[in-house]
Amino acid sequence: MVQKYMKVERIDHGTVIDHILPSKAFEVLRVLGLSNDKTMSILVNSHSKKGGKKDILKFEDFELSAGEANLVALVSPQATINIIVDGEVVRKFNAEAPKVVRGILTCSNPNCISNQNEPITTEFTLVSDEGHRYICSYCDREIVDLAKCISA
Amino acid sequence: MRHVISVHDFSTEDILNVLDRAEGMVDIAKGLAVDDRLKGRVLATIFFEPSTRTRLSFETAMNRLGGGVIGFAGTEATSVVKGETLADTIRMVSGYADAVVLRHPHEGAAKLATEFSDVPVLNAGDGAGQHPTQTLLDLFTIRSEMGRLNDLNISLVGDLRYGRTVHSLAYALSLFGNTINLVSPEGLEMPGEVVDHLKGSGQFGTACHSPEDVIDNTDILYVTRIQKERFPDPVEYEKVAGKYRIDPELVSQGPRNMIVMHPLPRINEITPEVDAMPQAKYFEQAFNAVPVRMALLSMVIGGE
Repeated sequence: MVQKYMKVERIDHGTVIDHILPSKAFEVLRVLGLSNDKTMSILVNSHSKKGGKKDILKFEDFELSAGEANLVALVSPQATINIIVDGEVVRKFNAEAPKVVRGILTCSNPNCISNQNEPITTEFTLVSDEGHRYICSYCDREIVDLAKCISA
Repeated sequence: MRHVISVHDFSTEDILNVLDRAEGMVDIAKGLAVDDRLKGRVLATIFFEPSTRTRLSFETAMNRLGGGVIGFAGTEATSVVKGETLADTIRMVSGYADAVVLRHPHEGAAKLATEFSDVPVLNAGDGAGQHPTQTLLDLFTIRSEMGRLNDLNISLVGDLRYGRTVHSLAYALSLFGNTINLVSPEGLEMPGEVVDHLKGSGQFGTACHSPEDVIDNTDILYVTRIQKERFPDPVEYEKVAGKYRIDPELVSQGPRNMIVMHPLPRINEITPEVDAMPQAKYFEQAFNAVPVRMALLSMVIGGE
């Protein structure tokens, strides 16, 4: 008899972020900026039942807030968030791009005042859900290559 | 507290309100009438970048209304050279003055200033960003000369990519219903988002590379400087600059009522011979900075 086992154990309480784009799990962690005392499993380039590859993050005994969950969309818009209680998925939802992002991102315009060591927190406003287009609240320029602008 | 940061913060009604107030201040701006409604108030003009018209017209506006002016032009004699942040400079200056006029080389500087200032901030140009008071005085000039702000054919000529005045002017003109032509050298075309906005609001005329192509259907020829530093090759610059030189021959090809505007400084985009032609309105435009800025100061400091 072939013994079945899981690469990563199931969790009874916590959060599973599934369908993260392959190799993006560490960027998701960076965006979430969570303290490193959490118990977590990171699965990178795992085979997806839907075909292709995906990353998965599991946090034990920790429930992501909706605000935190939405930050995941900055890196991996298709990711799904599963909240687990007593071994059951009690809530499942897609990350939605936040309307406003404070901190986390840096402006791609080198001449923006937010890149000049001023005592301010960056702020970006979503102008289009399509392609997750964000505008800097200081210089009004659109962010070029969102992934490269993640500073967290 | 009302800041003046971007022309996008102004509704059509707001703009007309400023222009109406400015119209009532022309005689004071010329020194023909005396008004001291801002007596005892202080304006700080802090300019981190060179300026002639903007700074002097703001200072004239404040003086004509009976107020006082403090400030600096260039950072050599200030704590900025010691590494002081803009945030700290603004906090400090806003304690000395009733309003702050700021010009800064970095985009978004004026927005930052509003977060640290206890008094109104007026943006006098931040990097390649906004210069809203220039837009207002351009509109004032157009209304004074043409009698209206709508149903006009306006040709914006020159560096439409980097010239900060033309972006906000194009936007502001689109609030009133006009046809806007874009004439620029290759590589210095108007940014896509501005063109999209004009097309979306049905006010895009044509885009071309030669002023001759639009001159016979132009009510306002708005010329801007083509900056030499944008061209790696000086020969290429000379070639392009030559093509965009506005001379009496070109101006004569336009409709009889056409006017020529320029935010100044000009280098050689408009030949001096044009100055004597009735179409030349750029020095009137420079004067109009005073009543328009008087109107703004009376609103943000005087609470009118």
